[in-house]
Amino acid sequence: MPKITINCKEVEVPENYTVLDAVKSIGGYVPTLCYMKLEDIGIENKPASCRVCMVEIEGRRNLAPACATPVSEGLVVKTHSRRAIQARRTAVQLLLSDHPQDCLKCPKNGECELQDLAAELNIHNNPYFGKMSVHKKDISAAIIRDPNKCVMCRRCETMCNEFQTVGVLSAVNRGFDAVVKPTFDWPLENTACTFCGQCVAVCPTGALVERSYIDQVWDVLEDPKKHVVVQTAPAVRVAIGEEFGYEPGTISTGKLVAALRVLGFDKIFDTNFGADLTIMEEASEFKERLENGGYLPMLTSCCPGWVKFLEHQFPELLEMPSSAKSPQQMFGAVAKTYYAQKAGIDPKDIVVVSIMPCLAKKYEANREEMRSSGYQDVDYVITTRELADMIRESGINFHNLPEEEYDNPLGESTGAADIFGRTGGVAEAALRTAYEWITGEELGNVEFEAVRGYEGVRIAEVDIKGTTIRVGIAHGLGNVRKLLEDIRAGKTEVHMIEVMACPGGCVGGGGQPYHHGDFSIIKKRTEAINRIDKSKPIRKSHENPSIKKIYDEFLGKPLSEKSHHLLHTEYFEREWL
Amino acid sequence: MSVELESKFKQVEEYIDSLNLEGKDKVTKRSYLIHVLHKAQEIIGYLPIEVQKIIAKKLDVHASDVYGVVTFYNFFSMKPKGKYPINVCLGTACYVRGSGEILEEFKKQLGIKENETTGDGLFSIHAVRCVGACGLAPVVMIGDEVHGRLTTKDVKRLIKEYREKDK
Repeated sequence: MPKITINCKEVEVPENYTVLDAVKSIGGYVPTLCYMKLEDIGIENKPASCRVCMVEIEGRRNLAPACATPVSEGLVVKTHSRRAIQARRTAVQLLLSDHPQDCLKCPKNGECELQDLAAELNIHNNPYFGKMSVHKKDISAAIIRDPNKCVMCRRCETMCNEFQTVGVLSAVNRGFDAVVKPTFDWPLENTACTFCGQCVAVCPTGALVERSYIDQVWDVLEDPKKHVVVQTAPAVRVAIGEEFGYEPGTISTGKLVAALRVLGFDKIFDTNFGADLTIMEEASEFKERLENGGYLPMLTSCCPGWVKFLEHQFPELLEMPSSAKSPQQMFGAVAKTYYAQKAGIDPKDIVVVSIMPCLAKKYEANREEMRSSGYQDVDYVITTRELADMIRESGINFHNLPEEEYDNPLGESTGAADIFGRTGGVAEAALRTAYEWITGEELGNVEFEAVRGYEGVRIAEVDIKGTTIRVGIAHGLGNVRKLLEDIRAGKTEVHMIEVMACPGGCVGGGGQPYHHGDFSIIKKRTEAINRIDKSKPIRKSHENPSIKKIYDEFLGKPLSEKSHHLLHTEYFEREWL
Repeated sequence: MSVELESKFKQVEEYIDSLNLEGKDKVTKRSYLIHVLHKAQEIIGYLPIEVQKIIAKKLDVHASDVYGVVTFYNFFSMKPKGKYPINVCLGTACYVRGSGEILEEFKKQLGIKENETTGDGLFSIHAVRCVGACGLAPVVMIGDEVHGRLTTKDVKRLIKEYREKDK
């Protein structure tokens, strides 16, 4: 192992380390901007293009970027010489010289890494000024691109092309005109973008942000004629606390419900109810396909980013996914039918708002076929971050909120629904129900350890009374691409595949509080979800009393005609790009 | 889409097929990208979106990747060029010997801007960096032909020559 000296301190570090790794290993710090490393999912972005991490290396004429300089025996590094600090400052000043200075009005204000760097490097003036890039904004239902704020760090490209293999974003043009743009400079909506939002999750500036629906939500909350119901996804309750200073992994379900009540929502319901409903339909479909020689493997269909990916990239496999809608959309469809009937409210006056960890959910709610109640089933989708913004702007003190409970009937849920928020959870929830339905016996241990974990692709074997069920699990669209290609080539055989587009599942969604490259936050949210599951008295979807009731009173049985109409959907071939 | 254009797309496809890349790994396929783009531009004269999609699919790369390469290199064009593209060299040697004025003169005589094509489709004007014929500076390439040691007075004559050639 090479011995190097960092700021007069001698250290021995592994050969494959960069100077940045070495500095970090002794608890040191060098600012970075373009650099991003998500070790747990095998992603590293180091184009060394921003020149912010420059350090001085003895005997070398030029400063070196710490992120891309390998260590070697006898290297003497100085991380904060006057010259290095000045170089960093110049790099940031040059970036700022072609960056709109509208920080106070920017949606990323307070979360922007460029802004933080400018503050950290004590930049109070800028000697550089000249031509500014001029690009049009691109507004889709889920994501807003403002290329004028792009600093060419290319993190979004790494997520889109390497991790997700969606391949929509690319650096185009050269020199001063260089910028990251979608295929053929088309609006995102016309491309193969899945709206997974992982580009937004890693963008250091305001170049990629979610499309906000806060104003529309405030409008309906203020409208006395509207009955506004809200649903919260399982991954939101284990992340929203971070926005208010709580440790990652804090469970804030009760405060979340209380906050929504204070904001003025008429009923606080739970997407978990939709998740339990999804399991009823999906497990029935799986049982039917398995027993009647139907199309296998069956793919899960809860993740709208994944669904769109499949439609673009594997149009020949559109029979594979379950026809069951996602929990969000099932919830919307029953809120405007079953609940409307029960509560005696005209569905045209009901507004369904979703709080989601996800940007693709905004897109999903706007899909044309998602209107089986006769109205748009889900009206507005806001992210965990947007809800935190609403809570802040209304002056609610999150810390002082009491712990409150969801309303009924669409607020009751089981532990199986909670784990929908993490990778492996949908498969596990489906297995809990499918096992009992197929064997007719009670399942002892409901925790299927085999499907848990963070491996990109996992194949688990589960014994269901002598029949071995092989379950494939993938998170990250690049991983599912590998799995599907193996299946197509006959290298792997499985009965069921669970797919979540985001790293770690919905807990790592594009609408969650920014993790700024720290994957351990996502792991803590996952553990919190497992704790919630464990604490629930009922942990199997088909045992949810409210679910039993909706089938008795309204739907009949899973896969009934009414279920098919309200809870199932179809998929469409889209252009490969 | 015109029948003519369609048959050119077919030619591009056939060309890629002739490279026998079927079954090769992704990296090998992608390594042919620039080569294929050259060939496609030679066949069609430019690189419309449709042909970029065909190339992407055939070489198993994302269309955004193809688009990134096409926009990076000055040589590739997404707009149809004239039958006789006029490439005025603005490299250092040519520039100091007056190629800037020659470029202006071409624009004036043809009534078009840089990267535009005349209404009859005959000429388009492009500024290029060094073409490697500094000894002949200032240099203009029209199609494949090199014209050196030019002055602004030669511009009119050159345009006339090519107009006549086309008759």
